[in-house]
Amino acid sequence: MTDLFTTASGHLRARHRAEWRFRWLGRLAIVFSLGFLLIMLFSITSLGKGALSRAEIQLSIDLSAASSLEDVNFQKAVRSALFATFPEVTDRSDKRALLKLLSSDSGYELARMVEENPALLGQETTLWFTASDDIDMYEKGAIDANLPENRRRLKDTTLGWVRTLESRNALRSVFNTAFFTSGDSREPELAGIFSALVGSILSLIVCFALSFPLGIMAALSLEEFSKKSRWSDFIEVNINNLAAVPSIVFGLLGMAIILNVFGLPRSSPLVGGMVLALMTLPTIIIASRAALRSVPPSIREAALGMGATRVQTTFHHVLPLAMPGMLTGAIVGMARALGETAPLIMIGMVAFIVDVPQGFTDAATSLPVQIFLWADSPERAFLEKTSAAILVLLGLLIVMNIAAVVLRKKFERRY
Amino acid sequence: MSKEPIITTRNVDVFYGDKQALNGVTLDVPRNKVTSLIGPSGCGKSTFLRSINRMNDLVDICRVEGEIMVEGKNIYDKDVDVVALRAHIGMVFQKPNPFPKSIFENVIYGPKIHGMIKSKSDAEEIVETSLRRAGLWKEVADRLQEPGTSLSGGQQQRLCIARAIAVKPSIILMDEPASALDPIATAVIEELIDELRQNYTIIIVTHSMQQAARVSQRTAFFHMGDLVESGATKELFTSPRDERTQNYISGRIG
Amino acid sequence: MAQREISLTGRKRPLETLLKLTLNLASVLAIFVTLGIVLSMVFEAWKFFQMVSVTEFLFGLEWSPQTAIRADQVGSSGSFGAVPLIAGTLLISSIAMVVAAPIGLISAIYLSEYASARVRAWVKPLLEMLAGIPSVVYGFFAALVVAPFIRMSGGQFGLEVASESALAAGLVMGVMIIPLISSLSDDVLNAVPSSLREASLGLGATQAETIKKVIVPAAIPGIAGSFLLAASAAIGETMIVVMAAGLAANLTANPLEAVTTVTAQIVALLTGDQEFDSAKTLSAFALGLLLFATTLILNIIAMRIVNKYREQYD
Repeated sequence: MTDLFTTASGHLRARHRAEWRFRWLGRLAIVFSLGFLLIMLFSITSLGKGALSRAEIQLSIDLSAASSLEDVNFQKAVRSALFATFPEVTDRSDKRALLKLLSSDSGYELARMVEENPALLGQETTLWFTASDDIDMYEKGAIDANLPENRRRLKDTTLGWVRTLESRNALRSVFNTAFFTSGDSREPELAGIFSALVGSILSLIVCFALSFPLGIMAALSLEEFSKKSRWSDFIEVNINNLAAVPSIVFGLLGMAIILNVFGLPRSSPLVGGMVLALMTLPTIIIASRAALRSVPPSIREAALGMGATRVQTTFHHVLPLAMPGMLTGAIVGMARALGETAPLIMIGMVAFIVDVPQGFTDAATSLPVQIFLWADSPERAFLEKTSAAILVLLGLLIVMNIAAVVLRKKFERRY
Repeated sequence: MSKEPIITTRNVDVFYGDKQALNGVTLDVPRNKVTSLIGPSGCGKSTFLRSINRMNDLVDICRVEGEIMVEGKNIYDKDVDVVALRAHIGMVFQKPNPFPKSIFENVIYGPKIHGMIKSKSDAEEIVETSLRRAGLWKEVADRLQEPGTSLSGGQQQRLCIARAIAVKPSIILMDEPASALDPIATAVIEELIDELRQNYTIIIVTHSMQQAARVSQRTAFFHMGDLVESGATKELFTSPRDERTQNYISGRIG
Repeated sequence: MAQREISLTGRKRPLETLLKLTLNLASVLAIFVTLGIVLSMVFEAWKFFQMVSVTEFLFGLEWSPQTAIRADQVGSSGSFGAVPLIAGTLLISSIAMVVAAPIGLISAIYLSEYASARVRAWVKPLLEMLAGIPSVVYGFFAALVVAPFIRMSGGQFGLEVASESALAAGLVMGVMIIPLISSLSDDVLNAVPSSLREASLGLGATQAETIKKVIVPAAIPGIAGSFLLAASAAIGETMIVVMAAGLAANLTANPLEAVTTVTAQIVALLTGDQEFDSAKTLSAFALGLLLFATTLILNIIAMRIVNKYREQYD
């Protein structure tokens, strides 16, 4: 009888195998999701880190003939400096190819440098200029020089020049500040996320300013000042449904009503923020109601028992206690709004924005929309810009979510 | 059938994390008798019951030391299969907990998973015998396809007993099986327990001394994690040896 | 000290009344937003249906919207049969659900029934991160990595895979909605009373048997609700399909071909040059109405089911 409770029968063994398989199925499911997350983050990070640096070419610029800014044709100065570096290049088409070593913007670059440092006028100096995206890509190893010439973007002659520059130490890689300080550009080596970031921030300000107070007010009305009735049930169903409406529908609403009926400026952070506010509102209402519900009734009873009115009780005692929870909900809602793309496309925030928007009614774009736009560009160099912009976006989202968690932890149940 | 006790425990300690819930319990449980475990709440009687079919394994922080021998085998040995063990030792819980399935499905659940059913007639036979033994057959014979949850509380508890019997265990553990029931349903259950004793060894945890006196032949009194004393029910209630038992049955503690 | 005079008759507080009124107005805003959505879509869609009949829109098999060349030519400006879009949407959403439903449910089961508290504390937020990543990121990843990968693997087996296949978009979308299913199902599984778990284990069932035969059947309504909510999210998802599924209105059930969806077409119709009140522009609102109505119905059914389920075990 000693094997009474041991795994004796084949049937029992089969059942234990099934148990084991099921358990591993569960692990596998989780590994699949987390593995996907890991691969996605890894591939985007490895692509995006390239955007942090850019290649520069050193040229010796001769401004000895100039005494004031007006005297100089900067474009020409850079060109002739480049031609002087490679005196052996004489053919017209080769010269044109040579110019493609530099970013098309290098004339302005020189102008800016001279503007900042007028001492450069009247002398000959060596200066660094942003290289074109193809050179940049080659420097980062994204272009394989071993491929046959007709299958790569850099021709043999160009490669020769690059190698000459390298041997003269006239090619270097620097931290790409421009990525964080400039707006969009058709040239990938000049494109940055700053204007998109400002657009996102302006939209979020509008979104928060509208949805947070309105959300709290609606939550107060539903939790503290209304009895459960068919009407309040109806409102509740409405709010829950709005939380699950596809975001693109809010874009259509914004287009049809905010743009076409109210005539507010298209592509502006004002309209973008309004659409995002409508989207975030249900989230904030739901979170705020939960926060109000977690305030113990004893606090309300204590205040009401002292003879405070319902309004006084709510605003003096309940609301301050519920505020951290509401703020947490608002941050989570803002984080979602920050990542939202489709509704902003609908209201025209897909414009090509070089300049930083100065106000709420200027044409602007947003970080996720900028990602969408860049993702569509054919140049290899935009790929790393897109990835880097995604990393910035994810970084911001992580910061916001951590803030929400910290806030929740800090104010958890003091009473 | 042997006269030897079916369960013997030696120095059983049970810990929940750092807290010790049972201190060295040593008890013999005789075959085909009803043994009741009594004592004030928190005394460890339920913990002891749940160590016998290793339901305590479900609690992560729970640790059992000492020896619990069932049919001469230490059930905490490495080679013991809890699934096989629990098929041998049925359990009935405090609150009736039928599955949200039909009455038929409830009873057949255990036999099905243990591969005891070869044909449809097997299934029907097991369901009928189990329900008959649980004294429920007459009440539900014509509505076996109705959900088990549609029965009254007392009927639900008898359904749970039928469900436990269907697996053909030799021991049935009952954790305050009548505490959620009204007096009439309780009386039916108590009668049933008395009948079941012919075929099964029953250990019942109860908070009611009257119930212990009515249904059991042996009684063990627990107090603050100690097994204070155990013996024939009549003796324990009429001439307790320990002062704590005396105090408890006279209503001074508990 | 003078005693404060207390009157027991009510004092009028006009400010408080005003305040309450304002608060109530804010709560009614939700209804206004819904109303605004419905009215604006119905209004624009109405204009569209003056040009294209409802039957043509709902049952037409060809979708090729064009801007009218002359102003008097509106009625004949391309064809507006939405069936290929609806079919494409359903194809991609189905692929997404085929990925997300089993993985989400099994993850939820593992987390609620097997995982230790420590594993749970780590894995749950990580899984939820999947839902927090903006869909534009998924779209980028789908177009950049997943689609070429599927095309390449298909090529290994001699399969012709479109560079913007429904499979790539559906797969990535599926991963995105896994946390929707897993976190809601997790709640639902945790709500199953532990007495049922004990009853089954007490009968000698293994944990897997208990889960498959008792816990999951008892939680089916809630799980179904989570599936419906996830399906609704998949149908309404825009960026992944815009970036990875393309605009080719093919009527096909082959996941390796390119299809387009309702949401992708809305974006395509309303970006770039548009003349207002052309059938092309207005059709976007008809599509929007269709999308809104579908997701609304799914959401309402899902919430009903979940609420009923919660009441059952409260």
